[in-house]
Amino acid sequence: MDHFPTNWGRPRDELYDQYNTFPLHQRPANHTETFSGGVQRTQQPIVTGTSVLAIQYKDGIMMAADNLASYGSLARFKDITRLHAVGDSTVIGASGDMSDFQYIQRVLDDIITDEFTAGDGNSLGPAEIHEFLARRMYARRSKMNPLWNALLVGGIQNGKRFLAFVDLLGTTYTAPSLATGYGAHIALPILREAVDPNPDAITEDAAREILRNCMRVLFYRDARSLDKYQIATVTEAGVSISDTQKLDTNWDFADKIRGYGAQTQ
Amino acid sequence: MATASVFCSPGFDFSHEIRNNFLQERGVPLPKATSTGTTIVGCLFKDGIVLGADTRATEGPIVADKNCEKIHYITDSIRCCGAGTAADTEFTTAMISSNMELHALSTGRKPRVVTAMTMLKQYLFRYQGNVGAALVLGGVDATGPHLFTIHPHGSTDKLPYVTMGSGSLAAMAVFEAGWRPNMERADALALVTAAVSAGIFNDLGSGSNVDACVITASHTEMLRNYVRPNERVQKERSYGFRRGTTAWKKEDIRNMVVNEDITFTGAEAMDTS
Amino acid sequence: MPDGSFERPQQRQFNPYSENGGTILAIAGADFSVIAGDTRQSEGYSIQTRYAPKVFRLTERAVLAVNGFAADGNMFVKKVKQRLEWYRHAHAKDMPLRAIARLIQTMLYAQRFFPYYVYNILGGIEEDGTGAVYSFDPVGSYEREACRAAGAAQSLVQPFLDNQIYFKNQTPAPGTNHPTHLPLPDVLSIVIDSFTSATERHIEVGDGLEIYVVLAKGRSTQELASIGGLQELTTRAEGDRMFVVRRDLKKD
Repeated sequence: MDHFPTNWGRPRDELYDQYNTFPLHQRPANHTETFSGGVQRTQQPIVTGTSVLAIQYKDGIMMAADNLASYGSLARFKDITRLHAVGDSTVIGASGDMSDFQYIQRVLDDIITDEFTAGDGNSLGPAEIHEFLARRMYARRSKMNPLWNALLVGGIQNGKRFLAFVDLLGTTYTAPSLATGYGAHIALPILREAVDPNPDAITEDAAREILRNCMRVLFYRDARSLDKYQIATVTEAGVSISDTQKLDTNWDFADKIRGYGAQTQ
Repeated sequence: MATASVFCSPGFDFSHEIRNNFLQERGVPLPKATSTGTTIVGCLFKDGIVLGADTRATEGPIVADKNCEKIHYITDSIRCCGAGTAADTEFTTAMISSNMELHALSTGRKPRVVTAMTMLKQYLFRYQGNVGAALVLGGVDATGPHLFTIHPHGSTDKLPYVTMGSGSLAAMAVFEAGWRPNMERADALALVTAAVSAGIFNDLGSGSNVDACVITASHTEMLRNYVRPNERVQKERSYGFRRGTTAWKKEDIRNMVVNEDITFTGAEAMDTS
Repeated sequence: MPDGSFERPQQRQFNPYSENGGTILAIAGADFSVIAGDTRQSEGYSIQTRYAPKVFRLTERAVLAVNGFAADGNMFVKKVKQRLEWYRHAHAKDMPLRAIARLIQTMLYAQRFFPYYVYNILGGIEEDGTGAVYSFDPVGSYEREACRAAGAAQSLVQPFLDNQIYFKNQTPAPGTNHPTHLPLPDVLSIVIDSFTSATERHIEVGDGLEIYVVLAKGRSTQELASIGGLQELTTRAEGDRMFVVRRDLKKD
């Protein structure tokens, strides 16, 4: 059974689904390509998560993501965790396709298990996890079958903070503050201003406040975001992912606005 | 009967639209217009409006002007920031400014911001987005302070704080985090500066300096290059060239002074009776 | 077209490439080589990071600068380094510069029909002790040159280098000749000025500058004494010496 209504065939008229945003209403029509041979390559993202934010601070790194998984413009799942602990010194945060992310979680959990059962005293830190993900993502893009995500990888290794980005193309980079998706346009300017000059000056409480502030700004301006979010921290003490928190928001300004132009009443 | 039409409609000439679209489809690019990649902002405060803009103009990835002026004059107490196609914003605001002056003379009153807004949106709507001006209009009139954004297709927004251009998301983030109702002038000016700076440093389409304009009921203060955080650095070498560096194939020196002999033929004075 | 119409069946093609901006350049002297790149990595109008190195040390006397699609660039450098390590294990010495150049050609051409979208510039010291620069196109065509700029601001920087390094369009004073090789301080000044100028006029260039300097064995390091932000990378006592100079560029 195909669960995508837009994929059931040509709609009766063009008005159907017209307010659904990019990618859903553009799904390919139901037809078989001559050489497809039963293999469906990726695709486009279907159930998606929006921005992930992360910063370095005094004791380690802190990451935030909201709890929404969207189906196009539909806020489909409002209790999804997009932060995932890998081993005991790494956390990853995912935006983009949630099914690809769940696959990545499985793969990472498997290699952590393998590493544990080897019992050789080695463990995988954030740098290794990031390198692994970067090679996997790049390999998949090279097969023209990408894992449709932008991921942040953060953690602590040998007393040093690690924070890096990898996306569906295999593009990687590091910085004191990072954000994916809309966050890279909206939240990153605030994060850079607050964090980049000196991450060591930021306490855990301050870091939490900075991220909460950015999540609120994102909720105001990103139409695919939610006011429920989680924060993950990685310090020498290990990884912790918070319970869901709710943002306090203020819409008082709207009260005074009348119309969009010459209207006064 | 085959007489050529000499009728010429007023306004823009769209007769090459189809040809141009065809050429574009065939891979012949249209000439690139200078665009003001741009961060422009405006915000309401206790006594009026603060407008802000960066000063970078781009042609694709090249910086065309490092210190252009994007806050345009409309009337003494109304100003308009322009983003989008540089020529469109300049001509549109100049034309509306002119019409506002005529309107003020004909009504004998101080013109209103809504008047400028309505003239702008009706003009832009008429050209269906082909006039690529994205504007932030702000000013103070008899009915108080007003702030609008006007999109290239003619739609408008009325909000207490607004941003436009490629750096609009960066600037809006600063407003969403820091704007409060009834701010003092200094706080509003600092917030506008921070918003434009967020665009300058995080958006590649924006850069160079911060221009600001504070409009109150009694006074308009244009703060050109209010902050200059991107001064050009000293070069390591000087690149003067020795006289004679440029080779030449032939030398031809011409006398540019024209000598003319004038012979007077009549000795009588002109008849001026 | 992604206009949402159902006119005909459509498949949005995944685009495996991106363009991450930045500029690199290299200049060869008589017995030194200078390889430089800015450190901004961008996509569209966004700065991804202000510090992503584009210039990499390969051996004691070879440096590779990569520019274009960052993921391809990093992957390519990784594979070149792996091949050089294998060479070291097999031959108990570093691969000579001209051999690295040929290796890079074959590695690039091997991907002829799914190219690494990367412009490479290789700089260093040849076996005969001369400074050398090799430049490559994405599919492996290469050439040894005295100077080369590549990347976003190539069209701004290369004409400047042609004029200042090759003395193009400059007639020498009567009875004199242009020098074949410039001294190191002049070259470093030209490199720094190239990048500060490119930063002024190209939106994708800026944030930081990394200049690698490779000096042939036995050459004096005197001329580097006054350079700010210098760090030595040499690992072997006698042999060629390598330095890196880090400078800030404008961040707007």
